[in-house]
Amino acid sequence: MSHHIVEVKGLSHVYPDGTHALRDVSFRITHGESVALIGANGAGKSTLLLHLNGYLVPTQGEVRVGDLPVTRTTLNEIRRSVGMVFQNPDDQLFMPTVFDDVAFGPLNLGLPPEEAERRVAQALEQVDALPLRGKPPYRLSAGEKKRVAIAAVLAMSPDILVMDEPTDGLDPFARRTLIGLLKEFRHTRIITSHDLDMVLELCQRAIVLHEGRVMADGPVLDIFRDEALLAACRLEPPLSMQGCPVCGGQGR
Amino acid sequence: MHMADALLSPAVGAGMWAVSAGAIAWCSRKVRDGQDERQVPLMGVMGAFVFAAQMINFAIPGTGSSGHIGGGLLLALLLGPHAAFLVIASVLVVQALFFADGGLLALGCNMFNMGIIPAFLAYPLIYRPLAGRQPTRARLSIAATATAVVAAQLGALGVVLQTTASGISELPFAAFAGVMLPIHLPIGVAEGVFTAAVVSFISKANPGFTATINPAPASSIRHSRLVPVVLVSALIIAGLCSRYASALPDGLDWSIRHIAGAAEPAAPGSGPHAFFAKLQEKIAPMPDYSAAGASSSVAGIVGAIATMLAVVLCGAILRRPWGKR
Amino acid sequence: MAGIDAVITDLHALEGLALEDSPLQRLDPRAKLLTTLLYIVCVVSFGRYELSALAPFAIFPVAMIAGGSLSLLPLLRRIVLLLPFPLMVGIFNPLIDREIMVQLGPLAISGGWISLASIFLRSLLTLGAALVLVSVTGFPAICAALERFRVPRVFVVQLLFLHRYLYVLAEEGGRMARAREFRSFGNRGMGIRPTTALLGTLLFRTWDRAGRIHHAMLCRGFRGEFPVRRTFRFGLRELLFTAGWSVLFLMLRMGNLSRIVGGLIMEVVR
Ligand SMILES: Nc1ncnc2c1ncn2[C@@H]1O[C@H](COP(=O)(O)OP(=O)(O)O)[C@@H](O)[C@H]1O
Ligand SMILES: [Mg+2]
Repeated sequence: MSHHIVEVKGLSHVYPDGTHALRDVSFRITHGESVALIGANGAGKSTLLLHLNGYLVPTQGEVRVGDLPVTRTTLNEIRRSVGMVFQNPDDQLFMPTVFDDVAFGPLNLGLPPEEAERRVAQALEQVDALPLRGKPPYRLSAGEKKRVAIAAVLAMSPDILVMDEPTDGLDPFARRTLIGLLKEFRHTRIITSHDLDMVLELCQRAIVLHEGRVMADGPVLDIFRDEALLAACRLEPPLSMQGCPVCGGQGR
Repeated sequence: MHMADALLSPAVGAGMWAVSAGAIAWCSRKVRDGQDERQVPLMGVMGAFVFAAQMINFAIPGTGSSGHIGGGLLLALLLGPHAAFLVIASVLVVQALFFADGGLLALGCNMFNMGIIPAFLAYPLIYRPLAGRQPTRARLSIAATATAVVAAQLGALGVVLQTTASGISELPFAAFAGVMLPIHLPIGVAEGVFTAAVVSFISKANPGFTATINPAPASSIRHSRLVPVVLVSALIIAGLCSRYASALPDGLDWSIRHIAGAAEPAAPGSGPHAFFAKLQEKIAPMPDYSAAGASSSVAGIVGAIATMLAVVLCGAILRRPWGKR
Repeated sequence: MAGIDAVITDLHALEGLALEDSPLQRLDPRAKLLTTLLYIVCVVSFGRYELSALAPFAIFPVAMIAGGSLSLLPLLRRIVLLLPFPLMVGIFNPLIDREIMVQLGPLAISGGWISLASIFLRSLLTLGAALVLVSVTGFPAICAALERFRVPRVFVVQLLFLHRYLYVLAEEGGRMARAREFRSFGNRGMGIRPTTALLGTLLFRTWDRAGRIHHAMLCRGFRGEFPVRRTFRFGLRELLFTAGWSVLFLMLRMGNLSRIVGGLIMEVVR
C-alpha cells in the first residue's frame, strides 16, 4: 500500500532560461487522498506535476513515490504507478484509433495482446467510452477526448492519478460527467486546477502555490474561506461559496 | 511542382520508386540507429507543421498574389538530412493519397525531386559549405537562398526529365525546361529567403534552441556514403533517359537535334532497349489509332463510349445494397 | 496546393467514409493496396495515343465507389482541383503533334488531341483510384499494410504521427493565419517580417508539442519500440478480390475491350 504515497521534499526547479518555477516545495500525500494543487497561471503547478513522474529533474530537493526516490534508474517503476493525464488530450492521444491509444501503455508493459485487449475494454468501460473504440482521436469531442485520455492511463493500472487541469476546455455537461467519473475513483489523486468548484467537489485537501512557493496546505474548506490568502495568490473563492448576486444568499 | 501519374511511363515511375524506396530504407536505418527516441514525435509533428505552414501565406511583392513556403529546406536545417527526407517523403505520401497531388506511381519521382535533391544534394553540397559552422545572419540568408534556388531548379529539371523520358507529353525537353526552370526561380528565392528568416527569428527569440536542434551536423553525412547514393541515382536516371530518348521518335531527341543540330541518334538494335521494345509489342498487340486504320479508330471510340456507359450503369446498380449515402 | 482549408474539409469527408462498415471497408488493406497499385501501373502502361482501351478501366474506381457507398462529390472536387498540372503540360500536345490520326466524317482529329485526351483520362483514373483507396481503407490501415509489406517501422510510424497531427496543426496554422488576416489591411501585415514571426511561433509551438507528446509516450512505457497493431487477415475474400481484379486488369490491358464492343456495335448497326 505504500506505493500510493507521494512525498516532495525541498523541491526547487529552475528552467534553463533562468525562470524559477518552484522554490523549496514540500508536502506529503498519503494513500487514497484526493489533493488539489491550486494556483494562478504560471504558479508552477504543471512544473510540479512533471517532477512527479521524473520528466523534469529537480534542481534541488527530492521526490519520492512509494518507497522509491524518483531517479533515472527507477523511472520505469515510477511511471507505471503514477498515471498522468495531460492538460491537452491531443498531446496524449497520439495513436490512430482510441483502441490503439489505450492499448499503447499495456503493450509497452509487455502484456500479451489478449490481456492488453481485456484491459483496454475494461478501462474504456470505466469511463463510459467503449463505443468509441474504433474512432480516430481527431473525431472525438473535447469531453470524449478527456475521458479516453483517462482510460489510456487507467489501462496501466496506476496507483496514483495525476491530472493537469482536467476540466479545462469542457462544456458544462462534459465537465459534470467528468466530475461524476472522477468521484468514483479510489486512487490517490492529485489534481491541478483553477476550477475551484470542481476542487470543492472532488478534493478534501488543497495545496496553494504562488510564484513557485507553497502558500498554504490544508482542508479545502478552510483554504477557500480564507479570502485574504486567496486574493494574495490571485485566486477567488469558488462561485458556490460566494454570496448569490441575485437572491443574496450566503453560499457555503 | 508535383510530377503526375498521367505523364509518367511505368518504367520511369518504377525506376524513381526504386531510388526513393532505397533512400527511405537507408534514412530509416540512420534515424533508428541515431537512437534519439525524441525524434519519433518530433518528426511526426514537423511533417504536420509543413501543412500548417502552408496555410500561412505571404504577399509576393509587386504581384498582388501570395505564396507559401514548401518547408523542405527548413526541415533539413532543423532535423538534419536523414530525418528531413523521411518527413518530406511522408508529407508526399499524404499528399498523394489524400490530396491526390501527383498520384501513387509519381510518388517515387516526387520524393526524388522534392526530397532527395534538397536533402542529399542541395543541403550538403551547397548549404553546408556556404553557411559554415556558425553562420552570421547574412551568410545564412545567402546560403539558404542559394540552396533553395538550386534545389528548386534541380527539382524542376527532375520533373522535366521524368516527363520527357516517359514520352506521354509531347512537350520537347528544351521547351518544357524553358518554362519550368524560370517559374521555379522565384519559388526558390522565396523559399530560401523565408527559410533563412525563420531560422534567424527562432535563433534570436530563443538562442538555446538552434544549438539543441539538428543532432546530425555536416560530419554525419560522410561523403563516402553520399557519393554512392548520388551516383546510383544519377546512373538510373541517365539509363532511363537514354533508353527512352532512343525509344521515342520525338521528345528528348527533338531537343537533342535542336540543340546539337545533329542527326537522330540511331536506335540500338540490341540490349535492354530492344528487349523492352519487344516486350512493349507483346503486351500491346494492337497499337491504337494507326493512321491507316481509320475504321478501327471509329470502332474504338464507339466502343469506349459504350463501355463507359456500361460501367456507369454497373456502378449505379452496385450502389443500391449499402445505404443511400 | 491552394486552399488548404477546403482540402482539410474534404479530408474529413474522405476519411469519414473509411469508418463506415461495408464488406469493402472490412477487406484487408493489403488486398486493396496491391490491387490499386497494379491498376495504376496497368493504366499508365498504355502508349500515349491510347484512349479506347483505357475506358473500360473506369470499372475499378466506379465499382469501389459504388461498393463502398462513397459520395462522389468530394472525390470529384479533389480530382478536378488537381487536373491542371497534367493538363497544362498536355495542352501542348495538340500544338506539336498535328498529324491527323482519326477522320470522323468532316472532323479530323490530330494525334495531339488524342494524346491530350489520353492524359486527361489517365489523370481521372489514377487520381480517382488513389482517392478511392484511402476512402475505403483509411490511412492508418494503409500504414499497417505498409508495415506488413516491410516498409521500415520508422517510416510507418512517421506516417501515423503525421496523419494524427495533420488536423491539429493545420487548424492551429489556420487559426494563426486568420488572426493575422483580420488585422492586416491590403498587403500590410502580409510581408516577410510578420510571416516569419508567425512561422517561427508556429514552429516553437510545434516543437513544444513534440516534447509533450514524447512525455506522454514515456508516461506510458515507451522505450523506443512502437507497437503497430496487426489484426488483419489475408483470407479467401482478399485472395479472390486481388486475383479477380488483377485478372481483369491484365485482360483489359492485353485486349482492347472498347474496340471489340465497338466492332460488335458497328456490325449490328450495319
Ligand atoms: N519550458 C519552460 N521553460 C522556461 N520557463 C517555463 C517553462 N515552462 C514553464 N515555465 C515558466 O515556469 C513558470 C511556471 O509554469 P507552469 O508550471 O506551467 O505554471 P502553471 O501550470 O501553474 O500555470 C511560469 O513562469 C512559466 O512561464
Ligand atoms: Mg499548467
